This record gives sequence, structure tokens and C-alpha cells, in this order.
Amino acid sequence: MKKSVFLGALTVAGLAAGAAAAGTMDDVKARGTLNCGVTTGLVGFAAPDSNGEWNGFDVAVCRAVAAAVLGDASAVEFVPTTGKTRFTALASGEIDMLARNTTWTFSRDVDLKFEFVGVNYYDGQGFMIPKELGVSSAKELDGATVCIQTGTTTELNLADFFRSNNISYEPVPIETNAEAQQQYLAGACDVYTTDASGLAATRATFENPGDHVLLPEIISKEPLGPLVRHGDNEWGDVVRWTLNALISAEELGVTSTNIDEMAAGTDNPEINRLLGTEGTLGEMLGLDAEWAMRAIKTNGNYGEIFAKNIGEDTPIGLARGLNAQWTDGGLLYSPPFR
Amino acid sequence: MTTITDPPKEQFRLSMLLNDTRYRSLTFQFIALLLLIAAFAYLGSNLITNLRAAGLNISYGFLGEPAGYDINQRPIEYTSQSTHLRASIVGIINTLIVAFLACVTATIFGVIAGVLRLSKNWIVRKLMAIYVEAFRNVPVLIWILIIFFIMTAALPSARVYLGEDPERDLFLGLFAFTNRGIVMPLPVFQPLGWAVLGVFIASVFGVIAYRRYATKLLYDTGKLLPMGWPSLAILILPTIIAFYLLGQPITLDRPDPLANRFNLQGGVTILGSLIALWFALAIYTGAFIAENVRAGIQAISKGQTEAAASLGMRPGRIMNLVILPQALRVIIPPLISNYLNITKNSSLAIAVGYMDVTGTLGGITLNQTGRAIETVLLLMLFYLLISLGISAVMNVYNKSIRLKER
Repeated sequence: MKKSVFLGALTVAGLAAGAAAAGTMDDVKARGTLNCGVTTGLVGFAAPDSNGEWNGFDVAVCRAVAAAVLGDASAVEFVPTTGKTRFTALASGEIDMLARNTTWTFSRDVDLKFEFVGVNYYDGQGFMIPKELGVSSAKELDGATVCIQTGTTTELNLADFFRSNNISYEPVPIETNAEAQQQYLAGACDVYTTDASGLAATRATFENPGDHVLLPEIISKEPLGPLVRHGDNEWGDVVRWTLNALISAEELGVTSTNIDEMAAGTDNPEINRLLGTEGTLGEMLGLDAEWAMRAIKTNGNYGEIFAKNIGEDTPIGLARGLNAQWTDGGLLYSPPFR
Repeated sequence: MTTITDPPKEQFRLSMLLNDTRYRSLTFQFIALLLLIAAFAYLGSNLITNLRAAGLNISYGFLGEPAGYDINQRPIEYTSQSTHLRASIVGIINTLIVAFLACVTATIFGVIAGVLRLSKNWIVRKLMAIYVEAFRNVPVLIWILIIFFIMTAALPSARVYLGEDPERDLFLGLFAFTNRGIVMPLPVFQPLGWAVLGVFIASVFGVIAYRRYATKLLYDTGKLLPMGWPSLAILILPTIIAFYLLGQPITLDRPDPLANRFNLQGGVTILGSLIALWFALAIYTGAFIAENVRAGIQAISKGQTEAAASLGMRPGRIMNLVILPQALRVIIPPLISNYLNITKNSSLAIAVGYMDVTGTLGGITLNQTGRAIETVLLLMLFYLLISLGISAVMNVYNKSIRLKER
């Protein structure tokens, strides 16, 4: 009894001790690897392929940061987290950053003491339902059984949506996406709800994706983005501007194929500043001049990453929509590199 | 002349703390205690400093805020606008429900399997041995998951029962077995219905009184009254008469296949997750209880069986009237710890989405509020209280059946 209390206290203290450590960038450099929290497996966003290599849209952000900081895109230790464990993992210092389609909310930013560095996917919560049920709107879901990943904002949005439309439902709380898929396909729930991108990714893995429809209602704003711990601004800046570099690169037309050419110097001063041939932006971040070049070279710019992992040519088939550059009518807007 | 001198008064010296066996153990215990206190103080201050450095504080204010999420099994009134505290209470009641059901069922399984393991029949004996070895040697989480997955895969979706012309009809027009759970009718009591229930409860007491009277008559006069059918008659007849006399005041809320295109409405649903958890905990812990029962029975001297047999008792009666009552003294103490295990293992509920207190307070509330330390401390307190409560009740029972030595 005494012993277990002691060990318990030790764990708590250990967790707290980790939280207090600042200087994440030094830790990462000293360790030589970046510990990046990702999902336990959501095809397109973060999932290991047949060789055990992690791939996906969120994974690409982790790799870009590793390339910028450590100069090696493969120096990433991927830590799979569930909706429940992700924040504890980040707060305790077990991971250096979390790129796990996590919604940026006020309370997570302010109360949980995290720092969202930006948005890498503008999403919203949707519903997936078998076609044979003939439902065309989420408002017709009165009395349905809904599978939902527990510990997420979707849980709260769902309760709000049904309450405001004055219809009832039965929640089936599920821990991981894989379990939800199994329950949904077995008919243990009528509807599966999560971020629309996640639904599309899940549906892509079904045997007959055409038998399932996504309902038109998007019931929430879900800006998904990578986050770091509060209070370590240097590290926050590194992750934020790595993400911005990927977005700016698309806007400026820098791709993984023409980057070497452009790194030799161009007429566009912003490209030059981004790629480190002009100015001292890298130095200001505490990195070398070519940090952004390495980040972009890893998997290409934002548009290339999107197209390769979740774009219209992939089984997941997501359109750019809100995630187009601001110049194309989307919401992606990186602050200038100046 | 002899003088009696006092034995030299031994002066206490500091070195005796180490060299004198009378003090040495105390010294070491004291040092160990100091070290332990220092370690705890260090960890505690470390925790507080670090929490402060991270800008966090310990506060239970979140318990009064609206929870914002829904729970699928609500034994008490609960909506998403209820507080986190109420969500925790719903979770606590759900924990107690599954713990109670599993304790009762595990005891029944355990006693039957334990007795049958000592059967003279080779097949029965071996079957029970297989049951015990298979179930107690596989982690309970695996059992919970496998039962849940088999249920969801083997049973049909609720949709087959729905519509004007369903694929399947309700069993007896009352029950539906779906992979979401078992839907069954719910009795609805009109005001007079409670009177019928009262008559039934009175009948139960009547049966007990009759059996007492019959036993007393047997001991006093040797006259044997029939036990079986009069008990049954006293139990059932007055209730049935009252039910019809009062104009059938209890109706059934039947599952309705037409009300909704997703689910059966009406009646009461026993969730698949509850069934999986309950059944898994019961058969898993039942295997442990079976071993306790077997040990208890084998602890009773064979002479007791032989003595009872020589009085002409049948084997079933020997077991029920002679062996088991004595074996209980050996069985109860380990049974307590098995009950505690069931209660604590019920925290695996989240694996199948059953909303026990670990799922509500320790799961969703923890996640939505981010108050990890506070909620986990509350959870520890809750399980501690429940476990101590079960221990206390069972210890009282243990005392009541203990061998009374005079």
C-alpha cells in the first residue's frame, strides 16, 4: 500500500518535473530526435505504411520541423496518442509537439496552457451514415445511435447540435478510430461523427466506400493545427514558422522540385529571405540559414503535402476547399517572411 | 553482614541506540520513517513548485460547471446541461450497477463450478477444470473485448426488427436481441400497481414465515409439512388475484419497432457494453471464486461427509446443510478480495464504451477540463471508499458465520 502510494507520487512528481523543463529546442538538439505526438492511425493524416514508416498530412509537419531543427527529416520519434492521452503526453514533456488533428479552442489554448502555432487544416464536424438508411440531413437523425470518439470536441458539438435541434440520440463512446470503424460497420451504431476529413479518410478504407454518405451538415468549426507547450516561446516560434514556411512556399511557388534552383537566388526577395539567401531569419529563430529550405525539401510545400496525402487524387479525395491559399479563395494565409 | 545493593543503574548512552539490541531496531525504524517523510515532502514540494511554474493550480470548481456531453446509460436524470458533478454521480451509479451484478453472478458461477470441480463425474470435473484454467489465466480486459466483439458481430443490428414487415419479429413480441443490447419491456405502474407490488412483497414474507413455521413444527413434533408447492402458491396466488381484482394496474411498455427508423423505441435497453463487461467480470472472477470454494470444501474433514452419510442424508443435502456452511468460514475472506477485484476491474469499462465513473469523471470530464490531478485524486478516493465499504460489509458477514467457540 505504502509502496504503491509512493510510486504513484513519484509518477505525478515525475510528470510535473517534466512539465517545468523549458528549452525544448535544446532538449531536441541534445537528444538528436524530435518526439512528435500523432494519432494512433488515421489514414492520410498519420498512419504507418506497410514498411512501418509513418506517413501522412500531420506526419509531414513533424518531419518538416525535424528537418528544420535537426537537419534530418527521419529523426522523428512518432508517439501515437489517443484523444484522451494526447494533452497529458504534451504537458508532461513526453512529446515535444503534437500534430494530431487537434482542434484549436479557447480553453485548450488558455486553460490547458498550450500554444497552437497555427492551422494546418480547416475542418468541421460531419456525419457519416449508410446510404441504405436514406437519410439526407443530420436533422433527420432523431433517435439514432451515434458512434463518437471520446475525449474530443466532437463530443460536445454533438450534444449541442442535438439539443439545439431538439432531437434525441444515443451516444456510443469509442476510444480510437479503428474501434469506431468496427462498431459502425457492424451496425452497432447508425452514424459515425468526427471531423469531416477524418470521416473521408475512414470511408476510404472501407470495402465499399460508395455505400456510405457524408451528410451535408457541418456542425462546427474545427481548425486543426499543431501545438506545443505554453511558456517556451522559442520552440513555439520554430514550429509556427516551419508551418508558415510550408504555406508560404506554396504561395510563392517554391516546390520540392524547383527549390534547389531557387536557392541559388531569385528576383523575389521574399523567396530569398525564406530560403536563407538573404537576411538572417534563420539566425533569429536560433537555427541556421537553410532551415526552411530543408523543411520544404522534405515533403514539398503545403500544396504538395496536401495533394500527396489527402488530396483529390488519393483514396481519401478531399478537395482543397477552405484549405486553399487565400489567393485562391481559401483561408490559408501565412504572415510574411520579413 | 550483607548489604543489598541495587544493581548498578544502567546509564543510557547514545551509542546504545546502535549497539544495544533493545534499541537498535527502533533506531532503524525511526531513520526509515524520517527518510520516507523526507521523500514524500520532496515529491510534494516538487509537485507544488512545478504546478506553480506551469501556472496550474488545484481547484475543484469545475465540478459545478455544465458537463456538455451525453451519457448513454442514465440511471438518474441527466442531460448534457447537468454539471460535471452529476456526470460523476451517474458514473458512480453505473460502476455500482455493474459491480453488483458481476459480484452476484460471479458468486453463483464460482460456487457451482467449485462444487462441480469435486464431482465424482469425470467429464464434469474436467470441464470445470478447463473453465477455471482458461478463464483465470487470460487477462480480464481480453475477455471483456472478446465478448463485446462477439456480441457486436454475432447479433443483428437493431434495424432488422424495424418497420412494418421486419426481417425478424420480436422474441415473444417482447424482446429484441441486437448488437446494441437487449431491448425488453418495462413494467409501468399505475397508482394501484404499487398495491400489487406491496401484495407481492407481503407474499415473500409470508413464504418465509410459512417455512419457519414448518421447520419449527418439524423440530417440535416431527411432523413434516410439504414445502415446495405451498411456498409457490403463497408466493404467486395472492399477487395474481390482486392484479386482476384491481383491474390490471401494471402494464408493459413494449419495444416499438415502428416509432423510429434507427432504433427500437420504448421498453428498456440493457446496453451491449454492460452485458459484455458484466459477463466478462463474472466469468473471470467466477473462476477464482471456484478455486476458493473448492479449497473451502476440501478444508472440511472428510469425517463430516461420512458422518452425515451415515445418518442417511443424500449427497445434495450433505453439501448444502453440512459441508457448505462450514466451508463458508474458509471461503468468505478470499471472497471479499474477489469482490474488491470485480469493483476495481470494472474500471476497464471504457474499453467497450460503458460509462462508469472512470469513463465519465476520469475520462471525458478529465479531458474536457484538463484537471487531471484533481479528477484522478477524486477517482482514487471513490474506489478507496467503495472498497473499504465492501470490506466492512463482508467482514460483518464473516463475523456472523464464524465458528462460535464457547
